[in-house]
Amino acid sequence: MTALFRPDPDGTSSRGSRMYGYALLPAVLLFLAVALFISPPDSGPDASENSMGELVRIMYVHVPVAVACYTAFFVTAAASVLYLVRKTEGWDTLAAASAEVGVVFTVLTLATGSIWGHIAWGTWWEWDPRLTSTLLMLVVYVGYLALRRAVIDPVVRAKRAAVVGLVAFANVPIVHYSVDWWRGIHQPATISRLDPTIDGMKLFALMFGMIVALAVYGWLMIHRFRLQFAENQLEAKGLDLALTERRAEASAGSLAAPKGAS
Amino acid sequence: MTLARDAVLVLEKDMRLELRSRVIVSQVMPFGLLVLILFAFALDPDRRILGEATPGLFWLAVLFSTLLALQRSFAVEAADGVTDGLRLSGLDPAGIFLGKAAGIAVHLLALEVVLIVGATLFYGTAPEGPLLLIATCLAATAGLAAVGSIYGILSAGMRVRDTLLPLLVLPVVSPVLISATQAFGAAYEQSSGTGWRWFGLLAVFAVLYLVIGIFAFETLLEES
Repeated sequence: MTALFRPDPDGTSSRGSRMYGYALLPAVLLFLAVALFISPPDSGPDASENSMGELVRIMYVHVPVAVACYTAFFVTAAASVLYLVRKTEGWDTLAAASAEVGVVFTVLTLATGSIWGHIAWGTWWEWDPRLTSTLLMLVVYVGYLALRRAVIDPVVRAKRAAVVGLVAFANVPIVHYSVDWWRGIHQPATISRLDPTIDGMKLFALMFGMIVALAVYGWLMIHRFRLQFAENQLEAKGLDLALTERRAEASAGSLAAPKGAS
Repeated sequence: MTLARDAVLVLEKDMRLELRSRVIVSQVMPFGLLVLILFAFALDPDRRILGEATPGLFWLAVLFSTLLALQRSFAVEAADGVTDGLRLSGLDPAGIFLGKAAGIAVHLLALEVVLIVGATLFYGTAPEGPLLLIATCLAATAGLAAVGSIYGILSAGMRVRDTLLPLLVLPVVSPVLISATQAFGAAYEQSSGTGWRWFGLLAVFAVLYLVIGIFAFETLLEES
């Protein structure tokens, strides 16, 4: 059983994750077939009240990747809290990995939303409440990743990143309300609400899409987490190496060397 | 009780620093006014556009000045190992946070008075609803100071502090920009009905980040 999950010494995959990947690939292809070809267009007698026609197909990608991005940021926030409680490196690694995967999914959400908007509204960008708050969320997490790159000490980085990961998530509802009211005062929300009476093949395509998106998130997380873990180990090793070098220098009597301006 | 005492001690220290150095008065406040003047250049001094955009331009000027005030407020903490001193001082970390936030808030409130006078003078729009105006300034400033103190100590002592701080702070405080601008817009037009709702959001924002700061500051102060 453990052999299934033991990562390769020179990679981030294990037998288990490879099997997961091989199972995921046909699922993604099948999903694309359902979303793009098999499911009916949103027109005719079964159409939802918005009657989106062929345009409905982008929703099967757009909504699932949006769900995946919110899941990713929720995982980052939860892992940040757990890091602050437990102070173990694994939670920090999980938060970091999930934030990065989340940023990718957020960009995908914005891109598919923008394409949808271009066809539905005629513009690439509308200051729609949901688009705006998603964009702000993206910038907040880009800042989170920038902070992680800026701090060198792993313990200090983990603590600061955990606080930012928590703040970033606490900010989501506030941004949501402020942007909602902000646009609500000037104009009614432009985005069409998902029709609650969506049914049959369309509902199946949407649900299938969500499962596939979450599975892709999980697959990416396995690899990103292991990569981060390997990076941390490399960092620690480099630090040890540098320490021994300095000690060797000091004992060699090079004490007259100028001190760095720190 | 020690919490309040520690907060007052830190606040007094920052006020004394400002009285002696006058960095906020002689550098940050002129910068805020300069931003107001630059907006006029960018938008053409057509009084109508400037008048309509006054609330937003005012709060943008406050936001940019906040970044400078933050950098100043935490540069004095990072220099000469002051952070270590603070940690060894035995002061309650939550008290230090409240003291720093209060210091920044006092600076920002003084700045806002100057900027309101400046906007009235340069843009030719006089504020109408004084109560909503004052309440908005207080709530928005509390929120800015709380978020600013959290991110200020977080980035203090970092080599990339000056470039990282705006990237971290500005997206988080953008609800303050939206809400305060809307509340000011209502105050300027004397339609304070929706204005108080925006004030409510500002108050929630301030309370949320004050609470986060009180609990998180100890973690941020450790080994920074």
